[in-house]
Amino acid sequence: MINKVVANAEGAVKDIPDNAVLMLGGFGLCGIPENCINALLKKGVKGLTCISNNAGVDDFGIGLLLKSRQVKKMISSYVGENAEFERQLLSGELEVELIPQGTLAERCRAGGAGIPAFFTPAGYGTEVAEGKEVREFDGKKYLMEHWLRADFSIVKAWKGDTSGNLVYRGTARNFNPMMAAAGKITIAEVEELVPVGALDPNNIHTPGIYIQRIFQGKNYEKRIEQKTVSKSA
Amino acid sequence: MLDKIGIAKRIAQEVQDGMYINLGIGIPTLVANYIPKSLNVVLQSENGLLGIGPFPTEGHVDPDLINAGKQTITMMPGSSLFSSAESFGMIRGGHVDLTILGAMEVSEAGDIANWKVPGKMVKGMGGAMDLVASAKHIIVAMQHCSKDGASKLLKKCTLPITGLKCVKKIVTDLAVLDVVPGVGFKLLERAPGISVDEIKKATEGKLIVEGEIPEIKF
Repeated sequence: MINKVVANAEGAVKDIPDNAVLMLGGFGLCGIPENCINALLKKGVKGLTCISNNAGVDDFGIGLLLKSRQVKKMISSYVGENAEFERQLLSGELEVELIPQGTLAERCRAGGAGIPAFFTPAGYGTEVAEGKEVREFDGKKYLMEHWLRADFSIVKAWKGDTSGNLVYRGTARNFNPMMAAAGKITIAEVEELVPVGALDPNNIHTPGIYIQRIFQGKNYEKRIEQKTVSKSA
Repeated sequence: MLDKIGIAKRIAQEVQDGMYINLGIGIPTLVANYIPKSLNVVLQSENGLLGIGPFPTEGHVDPDLINAGKQTITMMPGSSLFSSAESFGMIRGGHVDLTILGAMEVSEAGDIANWKVPGKMVKGMGGAMDLVASAKHIIVAMQHCSKDGASKLLKKCTLPITGLKCVKKIVTDLAVLDVVPGVGFKLLERAPGISVDEIKKATEGKLIVEGEIPEIKF
């Protein structure tokens, strides 16, 4: 099998240039590529367009890249947990495109699957519809939405093999599979890198064809945004 | 008048055996606590889970398992996990039976506004636009009036719209109402201690009152 292993996050992101369009997997802080975000921070690459469902929190996830002013534009569905984001948006320092979450997911999926546009009912009659083609199918109105593709997609999985096959865990899957397919170059960071043959082919979530670089990350913090517990089981 | 728990309890009465349900953030999340144990229902979380369970005990908190409100959760036996594209595919495809969500305003045509206050709140719509555009049945949990007494049940929404003609039923602190397309808000039940007149005063949109309006029963 093709070996796609790179040494570490720094090696994986080393050729990401200024003004690149990135997709970053994750929902909230769940399933985000922590190692690569830190490597981008260290590298200091600027003018990034980040396609990600959320924008992290002030001091973790994409919030770190916002704070260091490395992000020019965010394309997201919900950015409510980030005060620095809100400040940069209201002051006009940051461009933001807010997209319905299902539309964002499908636009990424379409990008990876070679479908340039599709119709969805989400956002019809709202400001999201401004400038978009509307068409009626079986009596209901739909908006035309375009695919999204990225120069680099950065995803996080639980396990991966050296040829790029990935397995996610729990709700950390979220946007990662579609984004993996929609990047010209896709980088996967995994908690555990295993040899080819160690993963059950019946249970691969992202086939290795979508992955160009893979490495085993380290020091995962996996921060929890809202810890909610119950007293009894 | 109903408090948040009261609204959640009343909405729980709408849940039927065998339903797949998506619960929004806030009061809708509380509804899960009051669904009768005798009913078999499955809760969907749009970040990729069918089968949301209770919050975990302290020793079982898992950062890889959260709901759409980013709260730590557990999974019920028989759960399934999937991507966000699959999740919204099942929402758009009409496979989710009931959506319960909050609102800032609802119009008498069933339009809903709940994602943006221009100049003030720029958090984003999350999955709300996808949910309201496709759900078979939408129940809204909301306060009847704002803090300064202005009605939130309007002829037309004033805030940016989330979706058109989609709300079917509303449970507020004052009343239970159906949205009848082309007609208006049909009053079904009064909150304990609230009169029909009080509900009329609190409703800017067209209110339909037919016959005796019973009090909500728990």
